[in-house]
Order: sequence, then C-alpha cells, then structure tokens
Amino acid sequence: MIQYILRRIVTAIPVLFGILLVTFALARIIPGDPCRAILGEKATDAVCDRFIREKGLDKPILTQFGIYIKEMTRGDFGQSIRLGLPVTRLLAERLPTTVELSFSALVLSLIVGIPLGIISAVKHNSWIDVVTMVWANMGVSMPVFWLGLMLAYVFSLLLKDTPFWLPPSGRISPGIPNDPVAQVWGLALPESGFLTGLFDFIGRMNILNALLTANWVLLKDAVNHLILPAVALGTIPMALIARMARSSMLDVLGQDYIRTARAKGLAYKNVILKHAFRNSLLPLVTVIGLSLGSLLGGAVLTETIFGLSGVGRTLYEAITARDYGIVQAFTVVIAVFFVVLNLLVDISYAYLDPRIRLN
Amino acid sequence: MAQDNKVATLDNEGMGNKSVSLWQMTWRRLFRRRSAVVGMVILGILVLIALTAQWLAPYDPIVPMMDLNPPEPGKQRQAPCIHLLGCPEDQPQHIAGIDGNVRDEFSRLLYGTRVSLWIGLSTVTFAIIIGTILGALSGYFGGWVDNSIMRVMDVLLAFPSLLLAIAIVTVLGPGLTNALLAIGIVSIPSYARVVRASVLSVREMDYVSATRALGGSNFDILFRRILPNAMTPLIVQGTLGIATAILDAAALSFLGLGAQPPMPEWGSMLGSERNQVFTAPHLVFYPGFAIMLTVLSFNLLGDGLRDALDPRLAHST
Repeated sequence: MIQYILRRIVTAIPVLFGILLVTFALARIIPGDPCRAILGEKATDAVCDRFIREKGLDKPILTQFGIYIKEMTRGDFGQSIRLGLPVTRLLAERLPTTVELSFSALVLSLIVGIPLGIISAVKHNSWIDVVTMVWANMGVSMPVFWLGLMLAYVFSLLLKDTPFWLPPSGRISPGIPNDPVAQVWGLALPESGFLTGLFDFIGRMNILNALLTANWVLLKDAVNHLILPAVALGTIPMALIARMARSSMLDVLGQDYIRTARAKGLAYKNVILKHAFRNSLLPLVTVIGLSLGSLLGGAVLTETIFGLSGVGRTLYEAITARDYGIVQAFTVVIAVFFVVLNLLVDISYAYLDPRIRLN
Repeated sequence: MAQDNKVATLDNEGMGNKSVSLWQMTWRRLFRRRSAVVGMVILGILVLIALTAQWLAPYDPIVPMMDLNPPEPGKQRQAPCIHLLGCPEDQPQHIAGIDGNVRDEFSRLLYGTRVSLWIGLSTVTFAIIIGTILGALSGYFGGWVDNSIMRVMDVLLAFPSLLLAIAIVTVLGPGLTNALLAIGIVSIPSYARVVRASVLSVREMDYVSATRALGGSNFDILFRRILPNAMTPLIVQGTLGIATAILDAAALSFLGLGAQPPMPEWGSMLGSERNQVFTAPHLVFYPGFAIMLTVLSFNLLGDGLRDALDPRLAHST
C-alpha cells in the first residue's frame, strides 16, 4: 500500500510541474507589456523598469521560469496591486469560505445522492426510480448559476415571511457574534506559524467555528446562509452520484454472490447493505473524484451569485479587473488542490480495491 | 421437399433474419430506449427552431423595439404577456416577456438556439479532430511520443475544466471565439484518451498485422484500419461532450467572458439580467431553462448511444 501511495505521489510531481509551466506560459502570453498588465496601465516607466528588474523579467525565459517555481513553492504569490494585499494573505482569508462551501456541497450530494441511487436500483423501474432518474438527468444538465438564481428567487422572495425563508447572499447576518475559536478558547498563539494559521483558517469557517465554540446562534445563522449555495453547487455532483450509485448497484445486484446470499436466507436488508452496497462503492469513489472538478469550477459561479467572498469570486473579480497576479496564483492553488484531492481519491480507491494496488 | 423447408427454417433461426449492420442495430436499440427517444425529440425540435428562427421569431432579436420602424411600444423588463393565459388582447403578445433593452425575450431565445447548437458542435468538432490526431499518434507510435503527448494531456486534466477555460479566456481576451477555443482546448484530453485506448486495443490485432504484411503504410493502417474502430466510443463521448461544452460556454458567457451583448446567447442573456432576478425573474428563468433543455437532450442521447453501442448489452434490450 505504501509503495502504491509513493508511486502515485511520484507520478503527481510531473503534473504539478506542468501546472506551473502552463500558468507560467499563460501569464507570458498575455498580450502587451507584462509590467503594465500587472501593475496597471498608469505605471510610469521608472516604476516599470524597477518592477522588471525585481521580477527578473529581463532575464532569459528559463531563468524566469526558475524564479517563478521558486516563488510558488515558497508560497510567495506576489502582491495584488488592486487590493494592495499580498496574494497569500488574500488566499488565507478566502480559502476557508470556498472549502466550507465545497465540503458542504459534497457532503450534501453524498447523503442525498447515494441513498437515492440505491433505492432506485433496489426498486428498479418503480415510480421512485423513474422520478429519481428524471431528476438526476435534469440535475446534470442544469447550469449552476441558473439553479442558484432560481433558488434565491424562490426561497428569498417567494417564501418571504414564511419559516422557509433563506437569505439570498452573504455568509452571516450583521450583528451575529462570530468570535474565532482561538480567542474563545483563550489560546496564546504566536504572531505567525503553522498553528496560528490553522486556527485562523478554522476561525474563518463559520460552521466549524460555531461548533467548536458552542455558538449556536452563529451555527443556525451560518447554516441558513449556506443552504442555498450548497444546494446549488451540490446538485450536479448529487445527480452524478445518484446515477452512478444506481448503475453500479444494479450491476452488483445481478451478481451470483448476491443470489447466493439471498438463497441462503439472509435478510434482504442485510444483503443490500452489506453485500451489495459495499461492492458498489468503488465506482462511486471515481465519481466523487470527477465531481471535485465541477465543485471547484462551480464555486466560481456559486460564490459570484451568492455574494460569498471565497476563492472563486475573488478569482472572478480579479479577471474582470485584469488583476493577473491573483488570477495566476489562484489558478495554481486551485489546480494543486484539485491534484491533491484526486490523489487522495486514487489512494482511497486502492485502499478499497486490492487489485489496484497490487498491480 | 419437406426436408428442404425444414433446413431453410433452421437456417433462418440460426442466422437471424437478415444481416444487420452495426448502425442499423444501434438505431433499433436507440429507439427502444424511452430516454434516448425523448432526447432525440427535444434535439429535433431545437434543430428545427435553430433552422427556422428567422421565421418563428416575432421580433428582431437585436434591435430594441423602440428603434424598430415603425416603433413598437414595449416596457422595459415587462413580464410575459400571453393572450391564451389571460393577457388582454389589446396588448402585444410577448411569450417570454421583454428584456432590459426592450427586446422580445422569446425572439432572442429562439435565435439563441442557433448560437448554442453552434457552440456545442464547433467546440466538440475542434476537440475531436485535435484529440483524435494526438490520441492516435500516441497510441500507435508509443514510446516517447506517447509519453510526451499524454503527460501534456494529464496536465490539462489536472485543472478543473471551467477554471482552465477561464484562465485561457483571460489571456486571449473575452469573446465568443476565444471562449470556444478555450473550451475546445480544455476538452481535447478526454478525446485523446478515448482514441488512444481504442488504438492500443486494436493495434496488435491480426487484421492490422495483415495490412502491415501487405505493405500498408503507417498512414493506411492508422486511418483505414485502426481509427474506424475507435469511432463508437468517440461518438458517445462527443455527444456527451457537446452537453458539457454548451454548459461551460454558457458559464463563460454568464461571467461576461464569452458571447458579448447584444448577441442572443442564453448564458450572456441570463448574466446581464442576473441582478434583476427578484424583479424580472422571467429574464433569468427562460434562458436557463433553454440551456437545461438543450444540454439534457444531448445527455439523454449520449447515454442512449452508449447503451445502444455497448455489445455487452446486446441481448439485454
């Protein structure tokens, strides 16, 4: 197993290198003067000369690439000129929102998608199967941004003054106390460092923070705000997962060992849950891996619609404002995130299926 | 005589009725699947709409009604007015309402069908051509050719597709052509992989060796013997790919990176009115619904094709 994990990590290295190469190349292809593309149209010649020297833009292209890799691996993503902040800090501030959103969407899609898929496989061709599959087919065909806007219309406007009302934007209502966990626990953390960063990160994820600090007002408010974006973002993965769960379950249910288990008199429920479901998990793991891409891409759209200042929305704003520093850094970070998650999916796949790791 | 007859019937049973080609069989199986038929019907209607949009559309999709000659009265972002549903007869009918620039939303939706189908077909054609060439070279020649091509594909696949498309459009500059190019590039790897896998699976077959022994050139072997066998997975992948391409293009246009106004593109129509969702929900609902229907039709057809072309399911349907 360890050997397999090592081998997978080694094969991921060229991909990570390639990501850096692509983002580097994209930044160089941007038409026009790189200095003014990054610093803005109004940069003077003197400023530009200094910038070019500092960034090594006058050096050969290979040296530039070397500098770029060094900066990226050190976590130095440069400055956002527009916001006057280091990109790294921006990332630390905004990544928690995206992680919270994507994670909730994924969890939601799993806890709804898997049971639906199993039920429609077990009750093959029943009305529940038909309804689930019609819904799943529509789910994978829906534009995320449309679903999000329609949800906001229904739950924030049509259901106003009902208990089902949900806020259309933001992460928490004004005035809700959201003291970060480090402060509530009275931890004396150093100025910087891993632990400080970690607690800062947790403190910015409202739901986790609320749970850790037993702040139930914040929990309720944050969950309320998260429902619509999470449903919007989670629908496509949910539909994919339901479809996959159904088809792999149908596959497994047709196997001889299921018939054997039934024939020897095991309870139907046990056969489904213990014999069939476990074996239908494998293809599901692949779909989860595939869904990660749509989650991260969809985050750009969902965050834009629901006014959440996460990585996706920041990226979108950076694009419209031509803030290339952010675009480049955020693209790298999201891609690396994606590669690492896929690596974890592969490893869990190998863990679940010995045939893979032994090959 | 009697014996002859018996032999004849036996033959008939043994051989099936007539020899059926792969495509005839696929058609038959496709028509037996309800969801695939639904997909084909929706798609057929959409193609008809796209072809006849200029006759179906009651208004111009681009010129505001104020500027028409003679000018038509129309209120900005007016809700749909359908005579059948009780809208007063003396008011002009606007099935999907009026948009922010005083244009008939329904006419724009009809014209949008053209744009969306064009987007889907052009990006996927582009991606299939490039992907097939790369995948075929990779699978056929192997070695360093294979390695270098597939590593590049791996890197492209390492990005979430929409994100990479966004990054590419940022560099190329916003616009429909650039968005299409970006989506095309992003979808190349999946086709390259499919073709490579098929090429690998038939490369060592006897009939390929036979062609080689007969003196067939690499070109002959690749394009006449091997690639035709890679067609079926490509068709399935391509049909499903059109669905993804339309969704991604709509997302880019929604973000303002793809089709630019006043082009009647559903994603950009939705994007430019998204802040009005509470006051004019029809301007958000209809374009999104149109996108969903189009994508749905390709998804249903693609799934149906996949099942119909799957030899393992030959006897189950």
